[in-house]
Amino acid sequence: MTLDTVKHASGTPDAEQPWRELGLKEDEYARIREILGRRPTGAELAMYSVMWSEHCSYKSSKVHLRQFGEKAPENDALLVGIGENAGVVDVGQGYAVTFKVESHNHPSYIEPYQGAATGVGGIVRDILAMGARPVAVVDPLRFGAPDHPDTRRVLPGVVAGIGGYGNCLGLPNIGGEVVFDSCYQGNPLVNAGCIGVMKHEDIHLAKASGPGNKVILYGARTGGDGIGGVSVLASETFDDSKPAKRPAVQVGDPFQEKLLIECTLEIFREKLVAGIQDLGGAGLSCATSELASAGSGGMRVELDRVHLRDATLSPEEILMSESQERMCAIVEPDKVERFLAICEKWDVIATVIGEVTEGERLEIYWHGEQIVDVPPRTVAHEGPVYERPYARPSWQDALQADDANALPRPADAEELRAQVLRLVASPNQASKAWITDQYDRFVQGNTVLAQPEDAGMVRIDEESNLGVAMATDGNGRYAKLDPYTGAQLALAEAYRNVAASGARPLAVSDCLNFGSPEDPDVMWQFAEATRGLADACQTLGTPVTGGNVSLYNQTGETAIHPTPVVAVLGVIDDVTRRTPIAFAEEGQLLYLLGDTREEFGGSAWSQVVHDHLGGLPPAVDLDRERLLAEILISASRDGMIDAAHDLSDGGLVQAVAESCLRGGKGARLVVPDGLDAFTFLLSESAGRAVVAVPRSEELRFTDMCGARGLPATRIGVVDGDAVEVQGAFGIPLDELRAAHEETIPGLLA
Amino acid sequence: MTSRIGVVTFPGTLDDQDALRAVRVAGAEAVPLWHRDRDLHQVDAVVLAGGFSYGDYLRAGAISRFSPVMETIIEQAKGGMPVLGICNGFQILTEAHLLPGAMLRNNHLHFICRDQRLTVENAATAWTADYEQGQEISVPLKNMDGRYTADERTLDELEAEGRVAFRYTAGGNAADGYGNPNGSLRDIAGITNAAGNVVGLMPHPEHAVEPLIGTGGTDGLGFFTSILKKLVSAS
Repeated sequence: MTLDTVKHASGTPDAEQPWRELGLKEDEYARIREILGRRPTGAELAMYSVMWSEHCSYKSSKVHLRQFGEKAPENDALLVGIGENAGVVDVGQGYAVTFKVESHNHPSYIEPYQGAATGVGGIVRDILAMGARPVAVVDPLRFGAPDHPDTRRVLPGVVAGIGGYGNCLGLPNIGGEVVFDSCYQGNPLVNAGCIGVMKHEDIHLAKASGPGNKVILYGARTGGDGIGGVSVLASETFDDSKPAKRPAVQVGDPFQEKLLIECTLEIFREKLVAGIQDLGGAGLSCATSELASAGSGGMRVELDRVHLRDATLSPEEILMSESQERMCAIVEPDKVERFLAICEKWDVIATVIGEVTEGERLEIYWHGEQIVDVPPRTVAHEGPVYERPYARPSWQDALQADDANALPRPADAEELRAQVLRLVASPNQASKAWITDQYDRFVQGNTVLAQPEDAGMVRIDEESNLGVAMATDGNGRYAKLDPYTGAQLALAEAYRNVAASGARPLAVSDCLNFGSPEDPDVMWQFAEATRGLADACQTLGTPVTGGNVSLYNQTGETAIHPTPVVAVLGVIDDVTRRTPIAFAEEGQLLYLLGDTREEFGGSAWSQVVHDHLGGLPPAVDLDRERLLAEILISASRDGMIDAAHDLSDGGLVQAVAESCLRGGKGARLVVPDGLDAFTFLLSESAGRAVVAVPRSEELRFTDMCGARGLPATRIGVVDGDAVEVQGAFGIPLDELRAAHEETIPGLLA
Repeated sequence: MTSRIGVVTFPGTLDDQDALRAVRVAGAEAVPLWHRDRDLHQVDAVVLAGGFSYGDYLRAGAISRFSPVMETIIEQAKGGMPVLGICNGFQILTEAHLLPGAMLRNNHLHFICRDQRLTVENAATAWTADYEQGQEISVPLKNMDGRYTADERTLDELEAEGRVAFRYTAGGNAADGYGNPNGSLRDIAGITNAAGNVVGLMPHPEHAVEPLIGTGGTDGLGFFTSILKKLVSAS
């Protein structure tokens, strides 16, 4: 097959090109021809096709995502905002923290182990590329029905992949979620988040400037895996004589990534790079075009210098390969020698593949012949933008009218008790220890809190005890009922969880998981959710620093519930003041903070007992959330509370059950005046938490709540070895523990 | 001058920073050692930390055992230098034949991370003198290949010579960390050589040296204070 050089392309304007097979639309192909003033070469077509894919270009979501910038609250802590590999916030004492959540949904359905593993690998490299040492990971996961045979294929593979990769990197896994719902049966959501820490002066950006600077590709050799992973399975594209259908899912090697991390951190310490970018989706196409586009614009790459795992790869395949564990650095010429020496120390292969040039063209050569000559901005940053049509779904009104508050409630205390036990044993509410015990939560020796706590927390300075916390939350059922409110509830819950741990919420990353943007119903959900999230971030003063959009999570006509997953990062000045969820001291008083209303729309109770989804989700009051957070943080700092647990799905009784089991102590609860036992225990009103207050602190605590105007109701005491609801029922801890802890192993072990 | 305790970093070692910190918390001087460097830099004792050295390629610990630094460590351990192998470090010690037996994949085939109850069976080794014989401690456990195995004769010999250093504590709730977590023969969590200077175990004492961090206890600190006292009294 002849090499499709720029010269060749100019001379053969009418050659057939596989743009459709590469996932491009007709008008997109026409636009590429217009930009270049000729037909693209095969290599250029490969680059445009992956970079203009939905995953890389955000072409359907961009017009909505702009709100995160436009509505961004004033926040002094924000050092690097949206657009870089990850956002960066100032956490004090000269430290900066970078964090981000990403999706790896589609690969994880096709090949659960490698899909999930490389999802971890990718987000960790994003964080590393900012100049930070990765210090923790979290994994928000959503699967189909727990008893469905395919869930038994997908879930154990995903969990083993996260563990197999993350554990080998030496990163503690400190949080996340596991949710089951049949809407995710054909589209599991595998999101992965990472936190990294650095000093302010160590922040690195992905840009190639300074003509003459060298472009160094380092890390694993490039292979044929993951070609077209972000666009389509590029099955019979360029050459039919090759082994057909290379896997679109990448294969990870955590050992290689661990070496890459340590090697890169040593390179940072010696200040050897002028710009750096990880290779993830769209591989070298992405790294070269983004680095050049964000820099001065010019770059020349000798593609034949790339170290290959498979010598038969074509230049197009090399540009599209998503082989893992690779990074691309821009290095001044006099620092190249030292850079390569550090790579050699860590047994990491490094190759100078090109240099930054004058001008504004990205030029790629293959054995001396030019195969790419493009303005990099048109590849990386000026892709197509769509104003997809959207409209409120015709079924939305009927769904909201199907009021969950009208569902039959338990007739007596005995039935209430039985329903509570069913609730805490239901797969979504049951203990996830069987899953999270497969992740290392201790490594690095800085883990202060990890699952099942409200937020994960790690110490970042051993001398001062400065720490950061992170929680991720999302409730697709709420968002289905009302995407605007659902997205706000996801933020409110993560924000509340961080505050409950004692940390001050600072900033947000999000992973927006939705169905097909070509469906106006889905696009409306997306538009509403982003609007809701942007508005709420503005009110709470927590800017979105970056994130990821995952669309096309649907099989046929059936989309997943709209599932915005929100990660909130917080900071705590002294981790010794952190607040755990465990009720551990007998005699401490239990206070319910916030207002409880009859709110059962989308609730765990309506799902477990009635298999129902309808009505409206709980109302959101962001000012109340803010007040609640301030109280929780003050109480933690001043030693007024010994335990706190946010109230969310499953309501008060779920939170109390978890806190009792965690601390190995029972609780006696009294139903407050004005509430019935059912609403008290199972309503999912937002803006609430339960706290354990030492008797000596009671007055100080209630005075503070009273002065600030936060309702605080004494609802009981930590006592005994059962959860007792006065005048209603009691459940011994052993019975509660069996119900809560045996479900997941029973389904999956 | 305080004692110098070295911690080896192989490619893929993960808990080296934790082990160095544990050494410092105990009051000794922590010395990082590099796998390619034969020189032990005058350390008085060595810790082989956990992780997946060389990616666990071939078999956990199988490649590390042949690294340059191990040549010196093996030689000096035979001469009496105290060596502690934690998790992957224990696997390396068995591969190096400084300790008998081997680790197989956990019997449930999953990675497991939990707080683990251990019983100190031998409080006379270089690394356990600060514990009481029969004392129960809680330290984190986290591994994929942690199931201790050896032939019956070796197991009998270990028992007879008091060389079982730690056992997984029976009885109690699994949720509270009791019981054998991986199918290790005779509930063995850690062993010592006959001289008592080389000790290996699967659980991670270096993750239990500070209140609040990890399990929130300091039950693991005794390993590091034991060795420090021994070295100080010997000098």
